[in-house]
Amino acid sequence: MSIMGAINPVLTAGLDGDKSWRLQDYMARGGYAMLKKVLAEQIPAETIVAAIKASVLRGRGGAGFPTGLKWSFMPHSLSGDKYIVCNTDEGEPGTFKDRDLIHYNPHAVIEGMAIGAYAIGANRGYNYIHGEIWELYKRFEEALDEARNAGFIGQSILGSDFSFELFAHHGYGAYICGEETALLESIEGKKGQPRFKPPFPASFGLYGRPTTVNNTETLASIPFIMQMGGEAFLNLGKPNNGGTKLFSVSGHVNRPGNYELPMGTPFATLMEMCGGMRGGRKLKAVIPGGSSSPVVPAETIMKCTLDYDSISKAGSMLGSGAVIVMDETVCMVKALEQLSRFYHEESCGQCTPCREGTGWLYDIVHRIEAGEGRAGDLEILLRISENIAGRTVCALGDAAAMPVESFVRHFRDEFMYHIEHKTCLVPKEAQWAGSDFYCAEA
Amino acid sequence: MFTPETLQKFDREIAKYPAEHQCSAVMACLALAQEEIGWLPPEAIEAVAHYLAMPPIAAYEVATFYSMYDLKPVGKYKLTVCTNLPCALSGGVHAATYLKEKLGIGFNETTPDGKFTLVEGECMGSCGYAPVMLVNNRRMCGHMTPTAIDALLEECQS
Ligand SMILES: Cc1cc2nc3c(=O)[nH]c(=O)nc-3n(C[C@H](O)[C@H](O)[C@H](O)COP(=O)(O)O)c2cc1C
Ligand code: FES
Repeated sequence: MSIMGAINPVLTAGLDGDKSWRLQDYMARGGYAMLKKVLAEQIPAETIVAAIKASVLRGRGGAGFPTGLKWSFMPHSLSGDKYIVCNTDEGEPGTFKDRDLIHYNPHAVIEGMAIGAYAIGANRGYNYIHGEIWELYKRFEEALDEARNAGFIGQSILGSDFSFELFAHHGYGAYICGEETALLESIEGKKGQPRFKPPFPASFGLYGRPTTVNNTETLASIPFIMQMGGEAFLNLGKPNNGGTKLFSVSGHVNRPGNYELPMGTPFATLMEMCGGMRGGRKLKAVIPGGSSSPVVPAETIMKCTLDYDSISKAGSMLGSGAVIVMDETVCMVKALEQLSRFYHEESCGQCTPCREGTGWLYDIVHRIEAGEGRAGDLEILLRISENIAGRTVCALGDAAAMPVESFVRHFRDEFMYHIEHKTCLVPKEAQWAGSDFYCAEA
Repeated sequence: MFTPETLQKFDREIAKYPAEHQCSAVMACLALAQEEIGWLPPEAIEAVAHYLAMPPIAAYEVATFYSMYDLKPVGKYKLTVCTNLPCALSGGVHAATYLKEKLGIGFNETTPDGKFTLVEGECMGSCGYAPVMLVNNRRMCGHMTPTAIDALLEECQS
C-alpha cells in the first residue's frame, strides 16, 4: 500500500486491500450514489457547478485554477460534441499521486468525469494516461468496462436522457503532453506541441470542440464534494484552499509515498508522518510543488503550511503537491543539473527561447558541475532564464527557468564555490549518502 | 504485415474515437505494432499509417516525437531506468550504475547476446517507489535495490 498516511482522508478513505479498485468495492464505499442522485433528481447543471465553486476546489494539476469557474466557461447552449478530458499524464519529476488514484480508486475518477460531463454538457470523454504506467492504463480500461456493464457510462445512463461515452488514451513518453493543449493535440494523433491560447479549450478544444481538461485528482474529488456539500469540503481545508489534497513525498525521508492531508496542514506535520529524515540527516531544502516550482531552504519551509497561499508567500508554488526532500548530502549544483537536463530533453522544440534556452541552461549548469565553470556564468544563467520565462507558447519554459533562478538565489555560495574551486562544496564522498541504495538491505 | 490479433486490437483502439478522427488511434496502434515486432521499422510505421488512412509522414512525426517508440532494434529486454532528481535522491543513479556494471554496457547499448538494452529514462510518475525501472515499456518495477535488480535479471535469463 503506498498511500502512506492521511488526516481526515476523503479521496483515500477506506482503500484497504487489493480490491479497492473494483466496482463492487467502490459501491460498497458509497460509490456512484452521487451520479445516481444527480440523474434521478435531474439536478440542474448550475446547481452542481455552484457546489463545486462553493467547495473552492482548485485544480490539482499544478496551476490551482478554481474548478467551478473553469466549468462555467463551457458554452451550454452550443449543440454538437463537447468533451471532458482527464489529465493523468503525470510526469513532472516528484509527482506520483494520480497513478495511485488510478491504482486504488479509478471509479472515483470515472464517477467524477460522468458528473462533470453532465454539469458542463459534455457527451464524450477521454482519460489521457502517462505511457510509462501501462499496467494502470490497463487497469483503468478494466474499470471502464465494469462501469459500462453496470450502466454508469454509455447511452441513456441509468434510464435517463444523459449519454456519456468515456475512453482511455495512453501517452508514449513525452512530458509536454501534460500541458493541456499538447495533450489535446496528442489525442488527435499528432506530436504533442502546445497550442497558442486564446482560444482556450472551452471554446476550441479537442477536434476544435468545446473541451474541459482537469487533473485526475480534481475529478476524483467531485463525487465526494457532491456527497458532503461544497461548504463542508471547503471547511476541511482553509479559506481559499478548499479540501484535502494528496502530497507525493520523494527523496530523503524514511517513508516516501502519498499522504492525504487537509489544506493548511503544517509542513512539519507531513515530515513527522514521513518518519523524519532518512539516517537522521539534516534537512537542506525542499522543492514543494514538483520540479517546476522554486526550491525553498529548510528554515523557510519548516515554517510553512501546505496550501497555495503559504507556499506562495515562501516564494514557491504548491503546484501538484509533489514534495521533493533533500538532505545535507545533496550538491545543489548537481541537483539543478539533473533538473535542467530534464527540461532540455522534454522541450517540444516549438519555441526558440525554450528549445535553445533549455539547452544553454543545461550546458552551463553542466560545465559548472564538471568543474569548468567560468566567472560570469551565474549572470548568464539568470539572463537566459529571464529571457525564456513568459516568452513561450506554454509554461514549460517558465518551468525550466524557475528552478534555475531559485537554486542560484538560495545556494549561490555553492555555485560560486564550484566555479572558483572546480569542485563541490559538499564533499564528494558524502554526496548521495542519503540514497541508501547499497545499505537498504544490510 | 500484422497478425489478425494485432489488427483486432487496432480496431478496438479506432472504435474509441469519432469515425472521422480515426488517426487519433495512431499512438496506440504504433505501440501495438512495436509490441508485435519488437521495434518500429519504417515499414511498420507506414503500414499503420496506411491502415488509418493517414499520410505516412504524419505517422513518422508521431513515432519520432514520443520517446518510447524504438526506431532501432533493441534487446529482448529493454530496461529503462529513471535517473531524474527525485529518483536519484533514492538511488536511481546508483541503480543505473549497478546495472551498467552487471550487464557490461552503457546507456543506449545492447548486450552482445542481444538480451538486454539499457536506456536512461525521464520521470515515470512513480518517484515514491524509487529506484524505478520499466521493462519493455510495459512493466514498472519499483524499489529496485541490488537484490531486486539481481532477481529481475535472473528472471529474464531463465
Ligand atoms: C509542461 C507542463 C506539464 C504539465 N503536466 C501536467 C500533468 O502531468 N498533469 C496535470 O494534471 N496537469 C499538468 N499540467 C497542467 C495542465 O496544463 C492543466 O493546467 C491541468 O491539467 C488542468 O487541470 P486542473 O485545473 O484540474 O488542475 C502541465 C502543464 C505544463 C505547462
Ligand atoms: S523521478 Fe523517477 S519516477 Fe519520477
